[in-house]
Amino acid sequence: MLEKALKGSIAYWIWVFALLGIIAVGFGFYLKQLDFGLGITGMSRDVSWGFYIAQFTFLVGVAASAVMLVIPYYLHNYKAFGRITIMGEFLAISSVIMCILFIIADLGQPIRLLNVLLYPTPHSMLFWDMLVLSGYLLINLVVGWNVLDAERNSVPPAQWIKPLIYLSVPWAISIHTVTAFLYCGLPGRGFWLTAVLAPRFLASAFAAGPAFLIILCLLVRKVTSFDPGKEQIQSLAKVVVYGSIVNLFFFLCEVFVAMYSQIPEHLDHLQYLFFGLHGHGILVPWMWTAMVLIVSGIILLLIPSARRNESVLVVACVFTFIGIWIDKGMGMVAGGFVPNPLHEVNEYFPTFAEVMIGVAVYATGFLVLTMLYKVFIGVKEELAE
Amino acid sequence: MENKRRSFLKFAGVSVLGLGSLSLLDGLTSDDVNASSGKASAEATYKKTANALTAKRWGMVVDTRKLNDRICKKMEKACHEAHNVPDHENKNHEIKWIWEAHYNHVFPGKNDEFLQERLKELPIPVLCNHCANPPCVQACPTQATFQREDGIVLMDFHRCIGCRFCMAACPYGSRSFNFRDPREAIKPENENKEFPTRTKGVVEKCNFCAERLAVGKQPACVEVSKGALIFGDLGDPQSEIRQVLKDNYAIRRKQNLGTNPSVYYLV
Repeated sequence: MLEKALKGSIAYWIWVFALLGIIAVGFGFYLKQLDFGLGITGMSRDVSWGFYIAQFTFLVGVAASAVMLVIPYYLHNYKAFGRITIMGEFLAISSVIMCILFIIADLGQPIRLLNVLLYPTPHSMLFWDMLVLSGYLLINLVVGWNVLDAERNSVPPAQWIKPLIYLSVPWAISIHTVTAFLYCGLPGRGFWLTAVLAPRFLASAFAAGPAFLIILCLLVRKVTSFDPGKEQIQSLAKVVVYGSIVNLFFFLCEVFVAMYSQIPEHLDHLQYLFFGLHGHGILVPWMWTAMVLIVSGIILLLIPSARRNESVLVVACVFTFIGIWIDKGMGMVAGGFVPNPLHEVNEYFPTFAEVMIGVAVYATGFLVLTMLYKVFIGVKEELAE
Repeated sequence: MENKRRSFLKFAGVSVLGLGSLSLLDGLTSDDVNASSGKASAEATYKKTANALTAKRWGMVVDTRKLNDRICKKMEKACHEAHNVPDHENKNHEIKWIWEAHYNHVFPGKNDEFLQERLKELPIPVLCNHCANPPCVQACPTQATFQREDGIVLMDFHRCIGCRFCMAACPYGSRSFNFRDPREAIKPENENKEFPTRTKGVVEKCNFCAERLAVGKQPACVEVSKGALIFGDLGDPQSEIRQVLKDNYAIRRKQNLGTNPSVYYLV
């Protein structure tokens, strides 16, 4: 089937080469990072994780959100999603690949990465994260590919695939839970030390992931002859609004606990993010933008006539996606590190080189996604003929 | 064509596997214990002599009543020179093993509006607490940071992958990361040839001078502290440090987190 990704229109190849160009530029910056060290980023002794780890966290969510298609289709027999479930699984594959690349970009000694397997350490959450992420990648590759191949041959998928599909449901939950456990099990980091972190990660993921999938569906309908379907897109929109509301609710619970208890270790970080602390507040405009985007997204999606209008829907999805991206991809990590353990404020903002390396990772993800979707749509077109 | 490629791939695969197992054997048989387990490597790094100082659990008392700015600076200098700690200009790249901070930053949970006048401006040294229950060791995915039998929390600079999970886990900000090559920022005349320099991309921190204890010497900071630092065996009821703790009220940093630090402060 893979050969379908190698045959395409001129526009397809322009897109592929544009992505390759971006990857090449970002790789140049990565070589610089390998040579100089992580000092080319904005990270410091106090904010020792930054843009890379934040993107990793956000993308684990996008990957996990494939489960929002798998559950209705396979567990509730909601037939409409059968048309696009593979799109969700392929999105998960490219997201996990980006996650792995972001982790590698963040390592000081990437060449020693396999030490994690050479000295397996079950008491480290990072060890488990590596296991569940690679497992999730494998499950989605096997399931997505086999189901598509069966569809192409007009036969039902092999029986042995079913247990794997069921396994993928708890597995998807596990990848984002373990990712939250990286943060929320650390003593002395009050911003993350909350049991609601994993549930909130999942809720925001189930909003941002499907929101992105809706945008992809509309794009696919526009540039190919395959229509993911009106009903499918509308059902996804409902998933997005539920996810986004639950995420907002969890966030407000967080705010209440911190503000009402007034325990400084919890309150200071929120105050830094939304109002600034001791005269430092580089993220304040970002965080308020995120809040406005998330809330407007919810309002637009809640109004039935707005949701049904696809040009409004796409705006709502972009709002939701960007809002959650800022919250998780900018605020969540830096906010946990400021103020530092000695209650000093040293701020973080990514450097140009850091962002370019990140953009290249995203371009790699898009390249994988493009090729997988090309195969998927190729099969659909073949069947339609 | 197809066939050729396949056999090439097979050949390549077998070669890589072969090379891999060779180097694995190498690691198992070589004298360099660094390659095998963390504990063993620490033992090997600091070869114990006959007069080595040993303890059940090493600990330190900082007597703030005997501190002043000059002594603090001296301790910092002695430590950083003994351990080849680089001096980078960019504050983001800063490495520090022991440094001075003010009471409100050392004990942020005990922030006091009406603090004793003496403590307000007094420099207090902060360093790795060598916690009995260290969150950094729990977080490290490769056991590059580990706890020795005598309680000292150490780093294997050759195993660290630079993920900085330990830095997020440490509630005391005691760890530093080599954001760039540290060797460029060590003056050749200051370099201590007895202690390894590090490479970029690994984490480092205070090691309670495990290398000096192994040859019967007190930690470098203790030596120049004029009695402000008392170092000894917390596991021995007869030790000087236990006597000091018996006679004085001492506090520890963020005791409520359950990390059980081995560094005590008399204020």
